[in-house]
Amino acid sequence: MATSTTLPAGDFRTSYAADTTIFPTTTSRNFAILSIVLICFAPMVLSQYWLSLLIQIGIFGIAALGLNILVGFTGQISVGHAAFFGFGAFTSAYLSNHFPIPVFFAIPLAGVVTALVGLIFGLPAARLKGLYLVIATLAAQYILLDFFGRADWFTGGTVPALAKPFSIFGYNIRGDRNYFYVVLAYVVVCYLLVTNLMRTRDGRALVAVRDHYLSAEIMGINLTKYRTLSFGLAAFFAGVAGGLYAHYNQIVSNEGFGIDRSIIFLAMVIIGGVGSIMGTLMGTAFMVLLPESMEWLSVALRGSPIDQMLGLKNNIAFLREVAIGLIIVVFLIFEPDGLAHRWRQIKAYWKLYPFSH
Amino acid sequence: MNFELLAQLLIYGLVVGTLYGVVAMSFVLIYKATQVVNFAQGELLLIGAWVCWALLTKFQVPFWLGMPITLVFMFIFGVLVQIVILRPMIGEPIISVVMVTIALSTVFQALMKWIFGVNLQPFPRVFTTTTVDFFGLKIQTVYVMSLIVSGAMMAGMAYFFKASKYGLAMRATAFNQQVAQSLGISVKNVFAVAWAISAVVSAVAGVVVAVVNGVSSGLAGYGIKVFPAVILGGLDSVAGAVIGGIIIGLLENLAHFVDSEYLHWGNLYEVAPFYVLIIVLMIKPYGLFGTKDIERV
Repeated sequence: MATSTTLPAGDFRTSYAADTTIFPTTTSRNFAILSIVLICFAPMVLSQYWLSLLIQIGIFGIAALGLNILVGFTGQISVGHAAFFGFGAFTSAYLSNHFPIPVFFAIPLAGVVTALVGLIFGLPAARLKGLYLVIATLAAQYILLDFFGRADWFTGGTVPALAKPFSIFGYNIRGDRNYFYVVLAYVVVCYLLVTNLMRTRDGRALVAVRDHYLSAEIMGINLTKYRTLSFGLAAFFAGVAGGLYAHYNQIVSNEGFGIDRSIIFLAMVIIGGVGSIMGTLMGTAFMVLLPESMEWLSVALRGSPIDQMLGLKNNIAFLREVAIGLIIVVFLIFEPDGLAHRWRQIKAYWKLYPFSH
Repeated sequence: MNFELLAQLLIYGLVVGTLYGVVAMSFVLIYKATQVVNFAQGELLLIGAWVCWALLTKFQVPFWLGMPITLVFMFIFGVLVQIVILRPMIGEPIISVVMVTIALSTVFQALMKWIFGVNLQPFPRVFTTTTVDFFGLKIQTVYVMSLIVSGAMMAGMAYFFKASKYGLAMRATAFNQQVAQSLGISVKNVFAVAWAISAVVSAVAGVVVAVVNGVSSGLAGYGIKVFPAVILGGLDSVAGAVIGGIIIGLLENLAHFVDSEYLHWGNLYEVAPFYVLIIVLMIKPYGLFGTKDIERV
């Protein structure tokens, strides 16, 4: 529908390979490569503050990507994604501290371990759907958080676990400027992986399960397998992102993996566009920048009558939460297809400019 | 074995359990009437309790006047939430509706913290607290009061649905919306009233908890504890919700007893319901009294 309008006139796809290609035109491919190359120069231009925001967008973007596989492509809802994210962070720290595994390998390994845990909690998903599944993941969230508080050997209990700085073949990577490239590499690899996954048989099976699971089953798709698989995949990306997060902060405390974080992940997916891969990144950027913009707003309003009336300075945390909640509600009511849809419309508009029909 | 502690905990479990039951009942009411899973149920308790607290302490309104004002406020609040936020979501996929209520709970909770602060506030003494001797056990009168109020609310709900005309209309809507509409029931009004009643009942529960424990944002935790109760009883069964709530309340305190006497793991009280939830979902996904979904192609 909206996507077809962005196709150049006279471009009729004659083979399946052409139809499933990632970049519809050479220009779009070159543009994507160019933007990645340009982003590589970011650490040289941007300040420390903006760099840390970009790194956060990258890390949370990977976790949100995992959630989008689950929510957008398989149509399952999870309100326990932050717990898996946390599990990945603790696992990566634990593996690199207690075993002679370099951090470079510890992060993907953390992803694999988290995926296994995700599969365990995904088992009810095989039988459940819709609401019941939401509630099962809610339980997973609380059980995993309780486990973090209990397992001193794994998480350090009340003392935060330390994570080593990122190292590759003996070289230590220190500082945000260098870590940025690590995150960028992970983001590119993960997003390419998922884009390609959606072009395979397994990816199409996931979408079929979402669209009409009874028909999918009749067509010979193993429902149990694909529902559990999507849970495992989501947990895998959450684990990888958690690992990146742990080695970025070099400290993992028990906080920040609660249900509010899970809600923020869901918000990223919904605002970006459910079932849109590039939209996930847009949504993540939006959700990372939103609290920051609240901060700027409160700084800008400091001393003004509005500030005195609402006490913005002391209540900035609440202002953020209210803003996050309201933005989700507004998006769901007025723009349920998310930023990705808006982006397509903008592209279509300029493509056809000045004749909009 | 410490029998006195066990008995004490079981009574407390029963009191908390009936409160869970009341909240679960109002949750099921919304679910049955409007097919919305309300993640903001706990926030309705919270808002009710804070409004009543503000009336009683800030405005020095006596309790007999403050309580009805709170209830009227919650009635209007429930209707407004339904009309402004949930009505545009009719016909949207489940995930969107669930997300909206999750977002609402975030907004309400943050707003309440913003307005009333994060500290626990003691509720003004509505009753003089004494203890009643019950077969050698000391029971605080607030617990007895809580049990009576919960029981009264359950009975009131049962009467409303069985005997009143509007209750019948609501049951008809829950059974089949199109048929109800063709029989002249305004489904729009039923949706709004379901939210209003649910908000009012939750607010009463909120005030009861506030009288016993004081008001703080922790009250919203009741909204989360509702899920194990409701799943145990079956998502669409009012009686099941009540029984599920009582079982979860008892179970929590039993877990607490086992924990403090034998295991010493600490904090088992908090997570035990969620383990139960997972187990119930594994073996009996539609709960004890829920209707089984039969799908035909």
